[in-house]
Amino acid sequence: MSANVDSKLVAQLEDKSYKIRKDLLNFVYHIGMGHLGGELSIVELAVALYYKYMNYDPKNPQWEERDRLVLSKGHCGETLYAIYADLGMYTTEYMLEHFESLDTAVFGQHPNRKYIDPIEVSCGSLGHGLPIAVGLALGARMQKANWRTFVVVGDGEIQEGTNWEAIMAAAQFQLGNLVCIVDKNRLQMSGATADTMNIDPLDEKFRAFNWDVMEMQGNDMADVVRCLEQLPPSTIEKRKPLAIISNTTKGCGVDFMENTWKWHGGGIAKEQLDQALASVEKKYQALIANRK
Amino acid sequence: MAVETTFDFDMMLSSAREAYGEELMAIADEGIDFAFVCSDNAPESCSAGKMMSKYPERCVNVGIAEQDEVGIATGLALSGKVVFAQVFGPFLPLRAADQIHTDAAYNDVNVRLIGTHSGVTSGGGPTHNVIADLALYRAIPNLTICVPADAGQCRKVIRASLTHQGPMIIRISRGGEPDVYANNDYDFEIGKAITVRDGKDITLIGCGPSVYWALMASKELETRGISARVVDMHTIKPFDAEKVIKCAKETGAVMSVEDHSINGGLGGAVAEVLAEANLDCKFKRAGLPDQFAVLGSPEEVYKYYHLDAAGIADTAQALLGK
Ligand SMILES: Cc1ncc(C[n+]2csc(CCOP(=O)(O)OP(=O)(O)O)c2C)c(N)n1
Ligand SMILES: [Mg+2]
Repeated sequence: MSANVDSKLVAQLEDKSYKIRKDLLNFVYHIGMGHLGGELSIVELAVALYYKYMNYDPKNPQWEERDRLVLSKGHCGETLYAIYADLGMYTTEYMLEHFESLDTAVFGQHPNRKYIDPIEVSCGSLGHGLPIAVGLALGARMQKANWRTFVVVGDGEIQEGTNWEAIMAAAQFQLGNLVCIVDKNRLQMSGATADTMNIDPLDEKFRAFNWDVMEMQGNDMADVVRCLEQLPPSTIEKRKPLAIISNTTKGCGVDFMENTWKWHGGGIAKEQLDQALASVEKKYQALIANRK
Repeated sequence: MAVETTFDFDMMLSSAREAYGEELMAIADEGIDFAFVCSDNAPESCSAGKMMSKYPERCVNVGIAEQDEVGIATGLALSGKVVFAQVFGPFLPLRAADQIHTDAAYNDVNVRLIGTHSGVTSGGGPTHNVIADLALYRAIPNLTICVPADAGQCRKVIRASLTHQGPMIIRISRGGEPDVYANNDYDFEIGKAITVRDGKDITLIGCGPSVYWALMASKELETRGISARVVDMHTIKPFDAEKVIKCAKETGAVMSVEDHSINGGLGGAVAEVLAEANLDCKFKRAGLPDQFAVLGSPEEVYKYYHLDAAGIADTAQALLGK
């Protein structure tokens, strides 16, 4: 499936993903709160976007021509924070010190664009990111600007009706500069998405709403790269908007967090942290061993 | 008529979120019919989730879809049921405002919308704070608005709701809030405020978790030579205006205390009553200021905005000019 991808690139992005996973776990351990399940499932995606597929300059997060990333599942902001630290935008110490710290707070579980430069949209209430992304994409077209808007939506989140209004709108306006990525980790807050309110067949739904659809194994970097290499260039001309269904594992990388809604939210104790880091390291070593 | 409060005890924490689910389970066990709706917010580990496991045929989980939830709850009520719907706090008034207004209230059905994580109790910042709900609810006809002071009172509200006619809002906290009442041996009636502690210099009127902090403030004020009455205004609509007027006349000073914006909530309701009654009464609203709140745990945020015992006491003392 991933025969033609650049294996060096994949290895680099994989290395980064495993570092980010560990940083994220440490961060959540220190602040005592987070949403690790959904934060771990988007690591490969977020790394691939920030380090390769978004037109982005970490030294200049307000650069006009940058691609925009809207993290609609705002409860997973700490994944982005770990990346910002790795990109040198903030130190981890600074983030810890300014995390939900009353009037010195910059960082919170749900990111606020007024305080964090690289955050494009303040989110946390589900079902807002996609409509806002449609507005951003329309705005880019009005300004004849070439940047692209990516929006990351949770698979539980997509149950919110606002998404479907925006899905219609994006197709109506033929937003060729919009990419909606659904992090399909198959779990939401209190159970499996399929048992709660089934969203499938999601690909057929998007197609029926006049979107193009691509699919990837979102925790397999080789497949993420394969998929994102096929991104058509962004255009302000009329073209179908693009949905990427990213099949992932909630809690990915930490064996005892994988595939359970019980790790949707909360903090992590020291002992669990150590176990989690060991689990991530083990998977990483297995990955490297397979590389040759 | 004195009620027994936790005034003289160490803090005891209980969860209204757990209590209401247990009460629903008890009601179901008694053979009383109702329907229950949730939106990916009643995991099997919580009491409402356990009730859902035991009585699955009367329960529905609509997924993350609060507007749909209130609409579905209304339809279930129109089919003849009393309906309890648990909604994640902020997304009830804000996301489903139209459905509360036009589906539940305009159709005037027996829907009990239980908004959890109210005020700043959720943590997680402004997207998860519930600061504008009372202002919205107060302006919607037909709604009854209850804000139980603690977990025990929440049970009483749930019981009372079984025979109450029309749509209700039941505003509760995240869970793990201090008890106000030492036991449940007191009379509770929707719309009838309760004096939890008598006093003669000022009346502190609270609702929800603020009642406890007002009570603790009265303790602090006592050490400063000020006798504070504390009133539990557990129903915001219909509003017990008589009680407010009586307290204003008897104590000459009134202060509202709430885990909500100072605009349009309990303080607004008290202010309207006092202004229209033309009373010579000192008055102050304590609540969250007109800004998106700072981020922190509820206790930290209360302290920051002077809504903890010491802060409330300071504000009351300043109002009295003592
Ligand atoms: C409008 C709204 N309703 C409810 C919530 C509470 N909530 C936060 S995360 C979550 C589950 C999200 O599931 P999903 O979109 O699948 O995210 P992930 O699995 O990636 O964590 C819920 C119900 C919310 N933040 N916003
Ligand atoms: Mg999910």
